[in-house]
Amino acid sequence: MRAFEYVSAKTVAEATSLLYEKGDQAKPLAGGTDLIVMVRENRRQLDRMVDIKALPETNVLSYSPDTGLSLGAAVPCHEIYADDAISAAYPGLIDAAKIIGGTAIQGRASVGGNLCNASPAADTIPPLIVLGAICVIAGPNGSTREVPVEQFCTGPGQTVLENGEFLVSFKIPPPPRNSSSFYLRFIPRNEMDIAVVGAGASVVLDDTKTSFVSARIGLAAVAPTPLLAEEAGGSLAGQEVSDDAINAAAEAAQAIARPISDMRGTAEQRTHLVGVLTRRALTGAIQRVKEA
Amino acid sequence: MPRKVHVQTTINGETAEFLCEPRQSVLEVLRDVLYLTGAKEGCNNGNCGACSVILDGRLVNSCLVLGAELEGKSLETIEGLAEPDQLHPIQDAFLENAALQCGICTPGFIVAAKALLDQNPNPTEHEIRYWLAGNLCRCTGYDKIVRAVQDAAKTMSSEVSA
Amino acid sequence: MADKKEYKVVGTRPIRHDGVDKVTGRALYGADFHAVGLLHGRVLRSPHAHARIKSIDTSRAEAHPGVRAVVTAKDFPEVEDKIADLGEGAANLKDLQDNVLAGDKVLYKGHQVAAVAAIDPHTAEEALELIDVEYEVLPPVIKVLDAMQEDAPLLHEAMKTDEMGEKADKPSNIASHFQHKQGDLEKGFAEADVVVEHEYTTETVHQGYIEPHNATALYNADGHLTIWCSTQGAFAVREQVSEILQLPVSKIKVVPMEIGGGFGGKIQVYIKPIAAMLSMKTGKPVKVLMSRADVFEGTGPTPGSYVRVKMGATKDGHITAAEAYLAFEAGAYPGSPVGAAAFCVFSPYKVENGQVDGYDVVVNKPKTAAYRAPGATNAAFAAETVIDEICEKIGMDPLEFRILNSAKQGDIRIDGPPTPHVGFVETVEAAKDHPHYSAPLEGENRGRGVASGYWPNFGMASSVAINVTADGTISLVEGSTDIGGTRAAIAMQAAEVLGIPAESVTPSVVDTDSVGYTAVTGGSRTAFATGYAAYEAAQDVKRQMVERAAKLWEVAPEEVQFADGMFSTVNGKEQEIDFKGLAARLDETGGPIVGRGTANPDQPGPSIGVHVVDVEVDPDTGKIDILRYTATQDAGKAVHPSYVEGQIQGGAVQGIGWALNEEYIYNEKGEMTNASFLDYRIPTCLDLPMIDAVIVEVPNPGHPFGVRGVGETPIIAPPAAIANAVYRAIGVRLKELPMSPGRVLKTMGKI
Repeated sequence: MRAFEYVSAKTVAEATSLLYEKGDQAKPLAGGTDLIVMVRENRRQLDRMVDIKALPETNVLSYSPDTGLSLGAAVPCHEIYADDAISAAYPGLIDAAKIIGGTAIQGRASVGGNLCNASPAADTIPPLIVLGAICVIAGPNGSTREVPVEQFCTGPGQTVLENGEFLVSFKIPPPPRNSSSFYLRFIPRNEMDIAVVGAGASVVLDDTKTSFVSARIGLAAVAPTPLLAEEAGGSLAGQEVSDDAINAAAEAAQAIARPISDMRGTAEQRTHLVGVLTRRALTGAIQRVKEA
Repeated sequence: MPRKVHVQTTINGETAEFLCEPRQSVLEVLRDVLYLTGAKEGCNNGNCGACSVILDGRLVNSCLVLGAELEGKSLETIEGLAEPDQLHPIQDAFLENAALQCGICTPGFIVAAKALLDQNPNPTEHEIRYWLAGNLCRCTGYDKIVRAVQDAAKTMSSEVSA
Repeated sequence: MADKKEYKVVGTRPIRHDGVDKVTGRALYGADFHAVGLLHGRVLRSPHAHARIKSIDTSRAEAHPGVRAVVTAKDFPEVEDKIADLGEGAANLKDLQDNVLAGDKVLYKGHQVAAVAAIDPHTAEEALELIDVEYEVLPPVIKVLDAMQEDAPLLHEAMKTDEMGEKADKPSNIASHFQHKQGDLEKGFAEADVVVEHEYTTETVHQGYIEPHNATALYNADGHLTIWCSTQGAFAVREQVSEILQLPVSKIKVVPMEIGGGFGGKIQVYIKPIAAMLSMKTGKPVKVLMSRADVFEGTGPTPGSYVRVKMGATKDGHITAAEAYLAFEAGAYPGSPVGAAAFCVFSPYKVENGQVDGYDVVVNKPKTAAYRAPGATNAAFAAETVIDEICEKIGMDPLEFRILNSAKQGDIRIDGPPTPHVGFVETVEAAKDHPHYSAPLEGENRGRGVASGYWPNFGMASSVAINVTADGTISLVEGSTDIGGTRAAIAMQAAEVLGIPAESVTPSVVDTDSVGYTAVTGGSRTAFATGYAAYEAAQDVKRQMVERAAKLWEVAPEEVQFADGMFSTVNGKEQEIDFKGLAARLDETGGPIVGRGTANPDQPGPSIGVHVVDVEVDPDTGKIDILRYTATQDAGKAVHPSYVEGQIQGGAVQGIGWALNEEYIYNEKGEMTNASFLDYRIPTCLDLPMIDAVIVEVPNPGHPFGVRGVGETPIIAPPAAIANAVYRAIGVRLKELPMSPGRVLKTMGKI
């Protein structure tokens, strides 16, 4: 590991200029559970880490049924799932926040960091996708822009962030009536593992809770970036809730998966699991609507 | 090379000051700068829990926090658990239950168990196993560790009610 | 045979003597050692699985600010080509040296190539990047069967197979082939009503101790070398370092620090000679630590293997013949535990007609090291699942079959020696009688399986000294690394002899200058053999105490008896004094008492374990969940039952990990791709139920309290027991380890 400089930014503007100065040799530091390991193992070399945890903007955690959730990029997982209202409104996101690493990781790791690490297998990205999260990005000279979360990652470890930009927070719309979300992954152990495949689903049902109004499906670890399975989710709109509809959506999800074989699983295993997990994610989300 | 940074923090209730390189983790600072060697390095990437400490009330892996990030924070380590003349009930329970063999993971487990019982005084077996999944033990098969945490929970809640 | 006796201390559950230090974080492990002026060493490792080293240029590293020394294989003295006994396994010294720092070739990714000492660990790491090594990359060979092919890339161009004692004429990766034979195999199979034969493969797995290897060395100008380290055997470190660096053993002191697990993997030396070489060059103490990746890529895993087992039995359940073909990956240098696999594979059973062929084969992986019952788990996975299929075919309860065929005292083991007094039947019966075995198991995709595991256990040399303290306690000095509570188990055996509580013993594990020779903590020998030495040392103390009492009372020593902690006269004068009282009067009766005991016991007494497991398989994902687990085992006499249970539970869980997910995963370049605790998946506590450990006690006549070693046996049965349970759950037999979800799905035909 090369020596680097540590700076704790006091304002968003300071953070962006500290990042801009060093270009790709600087990175924002939130929970650090990925970044510190990457730098330590020489998978990434940096001159500067810019700690963004002291900024009010990255620590915001506020929810209202009218405006939805504003989630700072540095808020650690445990703070999110400790909030009952947020847990009730976005159960799919909570499913993911509770399984990243172990308890000690969740004491530091943030959803924002999980996204910016841009792992194809990141657990929080499929739920963020199915919940329609928007990324709020700050850039040099006071600029800001918003990007839908499914467009944020551009490849393994690659994002849309330009020089001097960093992720400040997420905006997640309020959950519609008769809706819920669910995320699960397949791992060989029961915890402390990286998804072999991850699947998230959000569903909106009609008032009788027997038909889909709409649905979104997000997948992890089956392509260079987490995917929004648009057709798979779209195919459910207007359909009756049934095994056939769910199976068809799962097959559509399988069709867009382009997994690789690596030490965590083979391509065939992953494609198979996309079907299994999509069915289980949809079923789980439907169950939650029915139980609500 | 970037200069060392000066950090003022609280460790086990007492003010501590140290100099560290920005690339040094809290684990390195504890072990190599402050000689608090109770936190162990098992993996140095957050997968074994042997370096568990409590930072501002939250369980964290000290290998995944930079020493520089401790400025103004409060840290609890295994060295701070026991009173001069009395072990913490979790420590007693580990001894009574023979919940250690080689003992290298033990400080991490005890710190993690304390963090659990501080926020959930009466956990189920599943909650204990879930909470401790980030702490690896290769000797015991975990049976006696889980029982020790269950026993400690009982002792601690009876102490509170007494 | 030792009778079942009641004891006062043996069999109780005192708090371990080193407990408070270990729950408060005060116990000092190898990496916790600190010295004034300490330098930090780091090791450069081969990025290639197989390559010739064309050149190494260390000049840029040496010039890096803060670097104090760089070493390579050129810094080694010449050594003879000879075999050194390392306690649990043996090694050729040239190989040992070559494994510590590669000479002409690197033989696996992670092979140590050079090392740096610098003012801090980060500077040392930076300097590693400045060492220029030119490699000629060679094709690697990773799997045992590939390595056995005639056209396989050769690791050691001059190595020729030792073919049952004869040297072959052509070079090969097969280091040796041996064979054991009993009876008439053909006749045996002809008598069988049922014959089952299958092929099995197992992948490389690691001991997975949580503490990485470590060493701090200080070489003094007077030629004395001190090494502080965690090791399973301080004397084994002394011997290896002595041979590798050609220093007399009398000039080396090894100070054993607390050890964070070993399981056989901390006997071979890797970085200890390097720390010593760096200290020789700098004159400063040098601490070398491994990272977790270093541990996976550079230290002894246990072999991947190919095993073929064929067994025949009659309709009424008698084994008529058994045959095994065992090919084991030794890693980069010869010395796999295939020999142990061979004498374990059928040993729970009476096999009159049998044959076992063993092959020791080198591959481009780290040199394998001992791992808890080395070799036995690979072999039992095959034999115990073949037995399960035989039982299914003849419609016999698998535990009934094991009782019927149990080897009894005098039955000949396949490699020749007779079975000693054992508790095989009693242990199977304990499993059969356990409520678990008869409990209903309901629900889909669930199944129950059983299997046995056999390990012969080892004796070997131990030394103990006891000093009697004036306050009536004793200090006990021993040389056995305490890896899981053996200080207590050894102290308790001395306490039993002297009629004092366990708490009145202060046990210390000391350095190689301070106690007599003691072999490694391995082979399940420590509570047994060092306990035996403690028994002898306590007997020596007792004899001397009796003499002191005689002196005090002015009687002949024969007139003094010792029972229930009291010395008393047998001459009717009714004088008595307890141990504490007499200890206070040593000054007036002749001065201090030091007791000494050595042991090299030759009847360690095999231990068998019988495991019962319930599993549930998710047929959509292939994941196996362990629902319930019971492990019975013959401990002879459990000295400290809590720590015996702990051994059984911990060993069972290592076996469960081996069964379910643990494996070295290699890419086509021969690189391990999962060298972390994230992707080398040892079980977490969330993957397991409670493990019910049932201690069976059939005393070992080779030990004064009947002790048998217990550490190794419990790892053997789990993979076979789980495979048998999976078969009952989903109707397919897994013949590859680990039974990871992908393999289960494949075997089920789902992918």
